[in-house]
Amino acid sequence: MSAVITASGLSKQYKSSRALDNVSFQIAPGRIVGLIGPNGAGKTTALKAILGLTDFTGTLNVLGFDPRKQRDKLMGEVCFIADVAVLPRWIRVREAVDFVANVHPRFDRAKCEAFLARTKLTPNQRVRQMSKGMIVQLHLALVMAIDAKLLILDEPTLGLDILYRKQFYQNLLEDYFDENKTIIVTTHQVEEVEHILTDLMFIRDGKIVLDADMDAVGDRFIEVMVNADQANAARQLKPLDERQVFGKSIFLFDGADRAVLEQLGETRRPSISDLFVATMKGTYA
Amino acid sequence: MKTFYWLVKREFWEHRGGFFWAPIITGGVFLLLNIMGIITAEVLGARHGINFGASGGLQRVIADMDAGDLSKVGLALDIAMYSAMGLLIVVLGFVVFFYCLGALYDDRRDRSILFWKSLPISDTSTVLSKVISATVLAPIVAVIVGIVVGMLQLLILATTLSFHGVNVWQLLILAHPFRVMLNLVGYIPLYVLWALPSVGWLLLCSAWARNKPFLWAVALPVASGLIISWFGIMGLFNLPATWFWSNVVQRGLFSTFPGTGSLFGSHGGSIAHDVAGNPSLDFMDLGSTYQLLASTNLWIGAVVGLGLLAGAVWFRRWRDDS
Repeated sequence: MSAVITASGLSKQYKSSRALDNVSFQIAPGRIVGLIGPNGAGKTTALKAILGLTDFTGTLNVLGFDPRKQRDKLMGEVCFIADVAVLPRWIRVREAVDFVANVHPRFDRAKCEAFLARTKLTPNQRVRQMSKGMIVQLHLALVMAIDAKLLILDEPTLGLDILYRKQFYQNLLEDYFDENKTIIVTTHQVEEVEHILTDLMFIRDGKIVLDADMDAVGDRFIEVMVNADQANAARQLKPLDERQVFGKSIFLFDGADRAVLEQLGETRRPSISDLFVATMKGTYA
Repeated sequence: MKTFYWLVKREFWEHRGGFFWAPIITGGVFLLLNIMGIITAEVLGARHGINFGASGGLQRVIADMDAGDLSKVGLALDIAMYSAMGLLIVVLGFVVFFYCLGALYDDRRDRSILFWKSLPISDTSTVLSKVISATVLAPIVAVIVGIVVGMLQLLILATTLSFHGVNVWQLLILAHPFRVMLNLVGYIPLYVLWALPSVGWLLLCSAWARNKPFLWAVALPVASGLIISWFGIMGLFNLPATWFWSNVVQRGLFSTFPGTGSLFGSHGGSIAHDVAGNPSLDFMDLGSTYQLLASTNLWIGAVVGLGLLAGAVWFRRWRDDS
C-alpha cells in the first residue's frame, strides 16, 4: 500500500525562527507514529502543515490530497484532536453529536452514543461545565465514531490525571485502531505511549534527527550497565550518553557491536525517554 | 445544503442570547413599559376625578367620524404596531454588529477553531453561514417577535379602552396588520443587500485582527476619516470631506441597522414630504422602500461588501495564530 503521508523538503519560516527545516519523511498505513521533540522543535508546525492549517514550502501529500488546496476534502478522511479544551465552551453534548453527525459523512452516530454511554456525560451538559478529562472523553467519542484513515493527536492528554490518560490510550487501541488506520501522536509523556508506538520520530530545531520503527530502534540503540572498573573501556567506544546509578555507570550506544558491549556488562533496550534525553542533550543550553 | 443548514443552526445555538432572547426581552420590556404607562395614566386620572370616556363621549366621537377620520385611526394603529418594531430594529442593529465582530474571532481566541477546522467544511461555507445568520436569520426572528409584540400592543390598547366603555374592537379592523407584516418581512431582502458592506467589513476585521477586533473595525475608518478631513484629500475629487464620512465611515459601520438604507440611501426629503402632505405610512410600503434598489449607493456597497467577504474567507483560511 502507498504511504499515507509523503513529505519532501518541507520548510516553514516564522518571523524569527525556522520551525521546519527541509524535512522529508514518509508514513505508511497501519502505523502509530510518535512525533517527539522538545518545546518549540516544530512538532505542532509539522502537524499543522499536514492538516492544512498553515502555509509552508516544499511538497506534501496526505492521502492523495494537497492540504493547502484541498483542506476541506482532506478533513473528510482525517481526524484531529489538539490538546484538551478546543471544544467550544458553549456547546452541549447533544449539539456536538448532532452537528458532527450531520456535517461529517463518515460519522457513525450509534458508535458515538455507545462511547458516551460509558461516560458520565449527559446530553444537556455544556463543555464549560466539564472537567478537562470529560472534555477529552467527549472529543474522543466524537472522533472514534468517525471512520477516518488518519488520526492526528497533538498532546491529547495534556493536563489530565493518570486515570483519564490510561483510559484514553486504552480506548484508542482497543476500540479504534486497526491496520487500515494511521495515528500520529505528539506528547511529552513519552512513557505512556512507548508501548503502543510502532514508529518513532525525533524532531529537533525543525529537523528530524531520528526516524525509525521500534524494532530498528531496539537493534540500533543499546544500553549497558557497567561497573566502575570497566567504565573507561566503555567510554572508549564513544557512547551517546553516560549517567550514574548506584555506583554503576549506564552507557547508551548508537549502532555499537552488541557482542562487545555484552562483555562490558548487562545490556538492555533503552527506554524512549532515556533515548530522548540523550539525543536532545544541550537543546536548551 | 444540509451542511449549510446545520452551520446556520450552529450559529443559532451559539448566539441564542442575541438572536432569540434579545428581541424577546426587548419586546417584553416594551410591552411592560406600555402597560406601566397605561396604569400610571389610569391612577393619575382616577386621582383627579377624570374618568375618560365614561360619559360615552368618546363613543359618540367614534360614531361621528367620517371616512377620512377613520383612516387616521387606522394609521395611528399601524404606527402603534410599527413602534414596537422600532425598538427591536435598534437592538437588532447592535446584535448584528457585535455578532459579526466576534463571529470569526471568538473561536480563534478560545482555540475552538481547531475543532471546527477538523471537520470537512470549507472556509467559504463557514463565512457564508455567518453572513446568512447575520442578515437573514437574525432579522427574521426580530420581525416575527416584532409582529407578535405589535399585535399584543394593539390588544392592550383595545382592552384598556374597552374598560372605559369604548368599543374599539370595531376600530381594529381599520388597522392593516397584514400590510404591516408584509412590509416588515419584505424589507429583509433589501436589508441583506444594504447591510453587506458593514457585514463584510466587520467579518473581515473579525477574521484578521489578532486582538481587539472592535477597536480595529472602528478605529481604521474613523482614523482615515480624520486624516482625510485634516488634509482635505477629498478635495482632489471635488468632494467635501463629509462625503467620506457619510459614504465610507457611516456606511461601512452602521449599515447593520435596518432602515438606515431608506434614511441615508434615498433622498431623505421624500419621507418628510409624504408625511407633511398627506399623513400616511406609504413610505413604509415595499413599493416605496424598494426604490432603494435604484440607488447606486446600494449596489456599490453590495459589491464592496462581497469583496470584503472574499477577504474574510481568505483570512479565515490562512490566518495562523501560533
